[in-house]
Amino acid sequence: MDGAVYMVAVHTLCYKLGISMDTGKSNDSKKEIAISFKNVSKTFGQVKASSNVSMDIYKGEVLSLLGENGSGKTTLMNMLSGIYYPDEGEIIIGGEPVIIASPKDAFAHGIGMVHQHFKLIDVLTATENIILGMPGKLDLKNAASKIKEICDKYSFDLDPYKKIYDMSVSEKQTVEIVKVLYRGADILILDEPTAVLTPQETEKLFAVIRNMRADGKSVIIITHKMHEVLAISDRVAVLRKGEFIGVVDTDRTNIKEMTDMMVGHSISLNIERPDPVDPKLKLKVSNLSVMGSDGIEKLHDVSFDVYSGEILGIAGIAGCGQKELLESIVGLQNITSGNITYIEDDGSETSLLNKDPRDISDMGITLSFVPEDRLGMGLVGDMDLIDNMMLRSFRNGKFGFTNKKDPRELAKSVVEELEVVTPDISTPVRKLSGGNVQKVLVGREIAASPSVLLTAYAVRGLDINSSYTIYDLINKQKKNGVAVVFVGEDLDVLLELCDKIMVLCEGKVSGILDGRTAEKDKIGMMMTGSGGTIDEQ
Amino acid sequence: MNSKQPLFHITKRADISKKKAITIRLIAILAALIFCGIVTVALTGDNPLSIYASIFKGAFGTARKTWVTFQNMSILLLIALALTPAFKMRFWNIGGEGQVLIGGLAAAASMIYLQDKMSNGFVILVMIFASIFAGALWGLIPAFCKAKWNTNETLSTLMMNYIATQLVAFFTVVWENPKGSGKIGIINQNTHIGWLPDVFNEYLLVILIAVIVTLRMYIYLKFTKQGFELTVVGESEQTAKYVGIDVGKVIMRTMIMSGGICGIVGLLLVGSINHTITTTIAGGQGFTAVMVSWLAKFNPLSMVLTSLLIIFLNRGAGEISTRFGLNQSFSDIITGIILFFLIGCEFFINYKIVLTHKNRESGKEEQA
Repeated sequence: MDGAVYMVAVHTLCYKLGISMDTGKSNDSKKEIAISFKNVSKTFGQVKASSNVSMDIYKGEVLSLLGENGSGKTTLMNMLSGIYYPDEGEIIIGGEPVIIASPKDAFAHGIGMVHQHFKLIDVLTATENIILGMPGKLDLKNAASKIKEICDKYSFDLDPYKKIYDMSVSEKQTVEIVKVLYRGADILILDEPTAVLTPQETEKLFAVIRNMRADGKSVIIITHKMHEVLAISDRVAVLRKGEFIGVVDTDRTNIKEMTDMMVGHSISLNIERPDPVDPKLKLKVSNLSVMGSDGIEKLHDVSFDVYSGEILGIAGIAGCGQKELLESIVGLQNITSGNITYIEDDGSETSLLNKDPRDISDMGITLSFVPEDRLGMGLVGDMDLIDNMMLRSFRNGKFGFTNKKDPRELAKSVVEELEVVTPDISTPVRKLSGGNVQKVLVGREIAASPSVLLTAYAVRGLDINSSYTIYDLINKQKKNGVAVVFVGEDLDVLLELCDKIMVLCEGKVSGILDGRTAEKDKIGMMMTGSGGTIDEQ
Repeated sequence: MNSKQPLFHITKRADISKKKAITIRLIAILAALIFCGIVTVALTGDNPLSIYASIFKGAFGTARKTWVTFQNMSILLLIALALTPAFKMRFWNIGGEGQVLIGGLAAAASMIYLQDKMSNGFVILVMIFASIFAGALWGLIPAFCKAKWNTNETLSTLMMNYIATQLVAFFTVVWENPKGSGKIGIINQNTHIGWLPDVFNEYLLVILIAVIVTLRMYIYLKFTKQGFELTVVGESEQTAKYVGIDVGKVIMRTMIMSGGICGIVGLLLVGSINHTITTTIAGGQGFTAVMVSWLAKFNPLSMVLTSLLIIFLNRGAGEISTRFGLNQSFSDIITGIILFFLIGCEFFINYKIVLTHKNRESGKEEQA
């Protein structure tokens, strides 16, 4: 009911703004329909992941599929790629209803999907991965030359004989896209393709996408990064809670409007950045080097200071030492050399070297840590909210028994204050959506009233609403005088939220910039080591 | 190009009510019995109903049979309880067999070497400590290797079984009585030194210990810090380290307990039930217990039911093999079929089958 009323409201709004809402019969009539959804629904248990979606996708267009977490973007696309089968409704290609019961059927209809998590075999080469599972005789040479052809046509940068384990994330993604093209896909679905890329790599990807569009292919991009939606797509389709809200032409809309459609109500998009009040040195990392278990140096001679009441952002491409850096501070890494010093309020210094998390908490120092891997490290997926709260406090119980009373109270208050959507507090956290899982984790870590708060990709995979809740929480901690370290991947957010930004590149510090004056391009260059002030040893 | 529309597809259930889950399990047992009936008629021509009746008679036919059933069940339950904390920690201890044997060996050694050196009470006290210690040591060795060098515990615990078996075989020769018989015979037959005292009758002691251990294990896993720690280690070692749990320490501590309880089972088998030791005294129950623990989803209270089911089938199967002149293999077939259905029905508890499109109307009815 609610949704229907809102639909009308959006229609009216769009009408007033002169935006084409629906399938664009009038102004896009020259375009040919590649594929359409007709009243498609899909239900998982109690959850309606897609409800009565009807939508057309044209040949030779880039369509962004926009929506918050759990709005059913991926579910909808999985029905195209044959992973799910619709409960109701039809998928129509060339005027005929088709049945896509498996990824094989999808390929037969020219649909290919590149998933967020790559499905590649590490020990095989690009070519071997691309032809894997294809029928016919194994002819690697022929395949490689065909791959070369595809690469030249769309200007991909790919060595067909390179092993996957030697590849960067962006190269792996290229393999996935070429794999889909090799199988003759005319409709490409990319699930959050830029989440793992640097700004430069993203630009390269966009160039390739534009080439594919020029070739008449349809490209659907699942995303929630607004800047990218505007940069690449022709049209934007918005989903909310499984319902199709509408399609707008990209050049006739703006971020604010898209967000409002996505969220269902108007929200402010400014991230607050209060000036630090009376910053004091809290944590001193000096000449830190860390060797990974594979014998490769993960961090090299890293030095920086963290001040109370300040947010230090850490930028860098994935896997350039952010994880090891935070884990070193909380005592989860073996440190090769260097020192980590904690400075008490009275100015006395304590070394955190060779201390494990328990030692540190026994010393009365509260370091809160929101790790990148929420369910693999910060929380236990199969445990309920109460037990997950208890992870930090289970040692407080008497006589060897655990005390569930305080964790239960904490779980209740976290659910209430952070508006966690959950059936109840005895639900396993794995059943919650990504944003809610993160709220549970951040809520617990903040409840410990830390003096240092370390967060790794705190808003990864979170929708706009949840992201802003998290930014607010972090800012609140900052105002309370907590020293915050914020490892992020979205440079726009880092630039808006952080007081200082440290850029890492291959385990080394490329430089520390002022968050209020730093430029995005410069940070991007420093991340790849192709510019800026690089510490050469 | 169009492929055929699938008749049905499989979807994951969001949640299932307890009642529905139990119903599915009951249907599975019923289906298993019917299927067993068909197999029985096809293979032997005997009336399946009379076979089922004798299965029941075999387990609960007389007061003595009932006591033995509960005693056997207690032993199996105790081993399953011993394995459970390790399993909850995702430490696949399949060395229950060896840990029981070595506990029994320690008890037997105490009985044999101390019979003329100490009073009965002290011998029993030494037996208790020795068997718990031996079982715990057998559990600790693989745990230590896992904690220090991350060795594969499935292999090491399994290998420890063979060492224990061979040790018992070795001592069978040393302690042979009477000479040339190839077995140890009843230990201290005349003096009864080291025989655990009877409670009410010869069966109840084992049953009482099983009851106590079941309750304690339930409380340990559910309400204690150590139980919480081992659960966290099992769910995610990363998380355990993150909250400052010493993973290696928890692995070793838990396996000491797991092996120790197995040691107690060895003590009971030697000191209370058999008064002797053979290489087959554990009788494969170290492995059967793995199934008991899994079937009960590591819940000590549910294990009472699963161990009863297995022993019931076992005892009944023995009965029909003698009654109907069928060999033991036939009863194994029946046990196998029933377990297959029981484990297989978990699929329908986690997933449901939805009929598509054409059959939609009937599909909907089925769901309702």
